Amino acid sequence: MSIYTLGIDIGSTASKCIMLSDGKEIVAKSLIDVGAGTSGPQRAIDQVLEEAGKTREDMSFILATGYGRNSLEEFADDQMSELSCHAKGAAFLFPEVRTVIDIGGQDVKVMRVENGIMTNFQMNDKCAAGTGRFLDVMARVLEVDVEDLGALGAQSTKYVGISSTCTVFAESEVISQLSKGTDKRDIINGIHQSVAGRVAGLAHRIGIQDQVVMTGGVAQNTGVVGALQNALGHEVHTSPLTQYNGALGAALFAYQKYKKAHKDK
Amino acid sequence: MAKEVSPGVKALRKVVDDVHADARQAAKEGKLVGWSSSKFPCELAAAFDLNVMYPENQAAGIAANRDGEIMCQAAEDLGFDNDICGYARISLAYAAGKRASRKFDPETLEYVINPNSGRPLKDENGKVVIDPETGKPKKDPKTMQPYTVLDDIYEIEALPETTEKEIAYKNFRREAIKPYRQMRIPQPDFVLCCNNICNCMTKWYENIARMRNIPLIMIDIPYNNTVEVHDTNVAYVRAQFDQAIHQLEELTGKKFDEEKFNQACKNANRTASAWLRVCDYLQYKPAPYSGFDLFNHMADIVTARAYPQAAEAFELLEKDLEQAIKEGTTTTPFPEKYRVMFEGIPCWPKLPNLFKPLKEHGVNVTAVVYAPAFGFVYDDLDGMARAYYKAPNSVCIEQGVDWREGICRDNKVDGVLVHYNRSCKPWSGYMAEMQRRFTADLGVPCAGFDGDQADPRNFNEAQYETRVQGLVEAMEANAEKKEG
Repeated sequence: MSIYTLGIDIGSTASKCIMLSDGKEIVAKSLIDVGAGTSGPQRAIDQVLEEAGKTREDMSFILATGYGRNSLEEFADDQMSELSCHAKGAAFLFPEVRTVIDIGGQDVKVMRVENGIMTNFQMNDKCAAGTGRFLDVMARVLEVDVEDLGALGAQSTKYVGISSTCTVFAESEVISQLSKGTDKRDIINGIHQSVAGRVAGLAHRIGIQDQVVMTGGVAQNTGVVGALQNALGHEVHTSPLTQYNGALGAALFAYQKYKKAHKDK
Repeated sequence: MAKEVSPGVKALRKVVDDVHADARQAAKEGKLVGWSSSKFPCELAAAFDLNVMYPENQAAGIAANRDGEIMCQAAEDLGFDNDICGYARISLAYAAGKRASRKFDPETLEYVINPNSGRPLKDENGKVVIDPETGKPKKDPKTMQPYTVLDDIYEIEALPETTEKEIAYKNFRREAIKPYRQMRIPQPDFVLCCNNICNCMTKWYENIARMRNIPLIMIDIPYNNTVEVHDTNVAYVRAQFDQAIHQLEELTGKKFDEEKFNQACKNANRTASAWLRVCDYLQYKPAPYSGFDLFNHMADIVTARAYPQAAEAFELLEKDLEQAIKEGTTTTPFPEKYRVMFEGIPCWPKLPNLFKPLKEHGVNVTAVVYAPAFGFVYDDLDGMARAYYKAPNSVCIEQGVDWREGICRDNKVDGVLVHYNRSCKPWSGYMAEMQRRFTADLGVPCAGFDGDQADPRNFNEAQYETRVQGLVEAMEANAEKKEG
């Protein structure tokens, strides 16, 4: 009989779930666009269970991660930091990974992975610059959907520097560019370069080793991935499952923990 | 149940209480009281029997008493930028006469209690009592406190005293200033500044001197780019010692007493040696106490190292620790699963928050670089100049890495937790490179978090907890890897 494990990643801006069978096959996944402190986590859980046609009781082990991981104390069997879970998820998708870069809603993490295990990490300081929230704010000012940033930035023909590392000041820089009549696509490209520059600085602290894998929602933005690739001078790999990567890692750890607990049984 | 305090710790607390009480008494009697940076050669002031208070120590105490924010804001209102060190801001606000005070009703002269303050009320079985009306824990009225407000001692002193009501009001307002010792230290008559510990110190003390129109005695110890302290460096500092002695003679109207000076040096060496031996007890596995305890004892090594009572108290603590090792006891209230070095000054306003996830994950702080950095041991005046040349911010990165990696090896740490202290840019500035070296040289994971030694606005608990958990998971993975 298959062993089902559930990984739940409650981020600051989204709730994600992945259900695995035997620590290998993805049975179901769900994503709700609101995170910690909202109805998002419960809706994501309900959705993933419904999609798989399973119940809480069918789950051998549930592991929560992300900013809101402690809010599931009664539902989940254990919790782990999103750092380890992102490293684990990335190593599952890319077995050769050595460097994981995750840009989440409110933080940026760079992790060193050795043989699939996180051995060291760096995170952003107490500032939202370079995070997913930074891109959300910029998309709002530019009146475009955050999902379209990548495609629009790719059409840029001119470099526009967004120099500020502060979200608030960068916002006023963008407004000032807009009032000068600068093409939105060039501004977007500048924003991508700005994010990449900041993230690359953090990544250099830990040292870049191939393979480099980028995870988290921002990895869907091809503009940021491309800019980061240029800034690092290394190929940056991404997966279609990028947004679910933390939940995937959590489900994998859940399987590992279940197996460890039932080793002698 | 109150935590049992060992005889050594009791003695150490008394030493600091006495230093403060003596200074308050001296000020009352019209004697000179100075303020000094923590690594100014205290032996010089001791040779003149001067009472000296330590603003860094005071600011840490004010921050730990949760008054850092109101005092930092007071300094910002005076025009000091919020990027300046939190200790400096607290100290500058205090020097300007600003005080954290308890709110009261001027008509009734009764304190206005903050309903959100206080600890939960517990019944005879130690269980929290729930208020049936609100469903929330009831507050223990004995622990509830008035609101904190900012006051100004010079404003108070300028109040009229003609009617009985005016006198009562003025006295009550004086009494309403928070009663803990760091909020009651006398204003300075002179300042002693040595910039070996901190680059911001020079301007901080210059500001106090101008603000209060008092003498500033300055010993400049420049950054040293070599591990060795060269003879020219020593000559530069020795000459400044001579100048400081001359200034102190002028200030006090007394001749320099060489015998007293030699005795102060002897005392300071004895205290420093005992302190370093106490620090070494963290090498035991499990450690008989935590690096956070060392931080608490720093008040003694800073404020009283030239006094024999401080040496005696540390020697007593040493005996307590020896006994703890024999009995296998520890002051750490959880089993020690992991050992880490805590890099930097603690976030004093957030000590419980710093401690909480460490306790949850069984992480004991068994190495700190800030504490042993105060152990000055020397043989003669040249040696003293060399010793004062070596402070965390005046040494080069090679020396800094060597100190830390030595402590990490001796104290057998599994990881390093780095406080990126917004108050101390020079210290935090080279931490990224240090972290890289710790991992490369020692094979241990490191985690950094943002915070501040005195301003609570610069700390985020959720970010800190994630980083500690990440560090624990990396240490766990490292241990599993070593075990194969």
